[in-house]
Amino acid sequence: MKLKINDVEFRYASTPIIENICIEVAPSEIVIICGPNGVGKSTLIRCINRILKPRNGGILLDGLEIKNMSMIEIARQIGYVSQSSSNVFPVTVFDMVLMGRRPHIGWRSSEMDEEKVVKVLKLMEIEDLALCDFNELSGGQQQKVIISRALAQEPDVLLLDEPTSNLDIRHQLEVMEIIKNLAAEKGISVIMAVHDLNLASRYADKVIMMKDGSIFSAGDPTSVLTHENIFSVYGVIAVVKNESGKPYIVPIRHRRQNEM
Amino acid sequence: MTKVKTTATSNEIKEQYQKFIGRKITFILFSLFLLVLIFGISASLGSADITIWDAYAAFLHRFFPSHFHTSWLAETCVWDLRLPRIFLGIFTGASLAIAGAVMQGILRNPLASPYTLGISAGAGFGASLAIIAGAGFVGGEYLIIGNAFIFALVCSFIIIAFASRRGATPETMILVGIAILYIFSSATILLQYFGEEEAVVESLFWMVGGLDRASWDKVFMSGIMLACTVPLLMIKSWDLNVMAVGDETAKSIGVNVKRIRIFTLSITSLMVASTVCFTGTIGFIGLVAPHITRMVIGGDNRFLIPASGIVGAVLLVGADIFARNIIPPVIVPVGAITACMGGPLLLYLVIKRRKYW
Repeated sequence: MKLKINDVEFRYASTPIIENICIEVAPSEIVIICGPNGVGKSTLIRCINRILKPRNGGILLDGLEIKNMSMIEIARQIGYVSQSSSNVFPVTVFDMVLMGRRPHIGWRSSEMDEEKVVKVLKLMEIEDLALCDFNELSGGQQQKVIISRALAQEPDVLLLDEPTSNLDIRHQLEVMEIIKNLAAEKGISVIMAVHDLNLASRYADKVIMMKDGSIFSAGDPTSVLTHENIFSVYGVIAVVKNESGKPYIVPIRHRRQNEM
Repeated sequence: MTKVKTTATSNEIKEQYQKFIGRKITFILFSLFLLVLIFGISASLGSADITIWDAYAAFLHRFFPSHFHTSWLAETCVWDLRLPRIFLGIFTGASLAIAGAVMQGILRNPLASPYTLGISAGAGFGASLAIIAGAGFVGGEYLIIGNAFIFALVCSFIIIAFASRRGATPETMILVGIAILYIFSSATILLQYFGEEEAVVESLFWMVGGLDRASWDKVFMSGIMLACTVPLLMIKSWDLNVMAVGDETAKSIGVNVKRIRIFTLSITSLMVASTVCFTGTIGFIGLVAPHITRMVIGGDNRFLIPASGIVGAVLLVGADIFARNIIPPVIVPVGAITACMGGPLLLYLVIKRRKYW
């Protein structure tokens, strides 16, 4: 499925949060959005599946404008993984993943839906947690459950908002590998916001660097993750090395007041 | 951190899940059995000497006259005096508990209940207005009931109006509910302060809540309302499940969060208003019954809604048995009993099952 984001703009009251955003994502492609806190990464991701409604511009799935689709139709094609999830009441992992089948089922879940949940649990290697309470799992396990739920939706596009933000380095790599394999095997288009520039460099087909609500630079990791761009966008002096064909970023210090 | 054990096969997981579902169904069947039992006990207790088997026989005699034999005394006593009270108790307990379960779910807050959202306070104000000031929307015999019903709905409309605003969160709705609770309770106190002594006493009695005003008319009205509203909530049980994990995620799964919230709040308000207007304020059932149920069977609304309803009915009819027999022939207001029992019960549960929230 081809996703096209066409000149999207979103504002709270009259303050623009994001504007002039144009991105195209091909099947199996991983696009990673980076940029400082508050730059509009999460806002952009939420505009794509209309959790937030953009003021202007269009989101096209294979040429079809999603504005004209119902929430359920959108949910059948776009999965979303939020930054974190906390439940007030206990819910088992199985039930949590079964929720992802909601766009496909009516009032009752069928045997087939349960079958699909089991399949996703096995794929993510969390089948032994099936009847555990979600709230008692570790951060990494919770993240896997949330990704499983998005996969149970059988989406063509997967949106992830900082899926690695509260994971240790091992789980960060594990989650990124899973996403990479899913994109490759199932032809899912992936758009995710990531803070860690080295993770972005390593896993992105395309990196989009945002500044002040707009795209500052876009392209393959080598052309975007340069020390000039990092300085302009983050105000950070960094050394960018080349590590087996991908840029490797070592931040040194932030910009002082008199430096330009 | 849960340790990962040996890898389970697909069939094992599905079997485990089926067992998990089976346990919930078992709980529902068990609480149904408990309800039938408590129904019999309640129908057998009173000034006339009727055994529990006589009570069942008298009840069933009307449906299968050839199979069950009963005396005239037992039949009149059970059908005319005790059953309206018991059925009103069942329907009221079920309505309050189901409303509580749904409200806690859609507002993602363990404190939500028809009482804490101010709906009962509205009904109390409406009734007091009718009793003390004699003012109301409908005249005659339904003055008090009509007023209680309408003011209960007014409260929920205020909450729903806030829910429809842009950017309304579950937290704001709880706060709005509590504000309404205070506004209407203080308005009731003002009414009572300036009211005639007799009227004030009557309104106080109304406020405490009880099943003394039960009649078959009222049973039918609240029963029909329950029969109409529960299926509407059951249809939405999937959406309610999804809403428990957060508004954003729910939207991304295709659930229109705002619409479901307004729809279910309207339905539950109607359900509560149509029982509370007959019984007065009965606290704690709406809060405690869903929590007890959720602790046993979990938060899946497909099972939680019916199971809470049954548990609520058991609790209220049970409390009413207590209320009628603790110092006979005085009937203690059941609303006071539910609060007396519910408070310590809730405390116990909070201490015992800490990890629950």
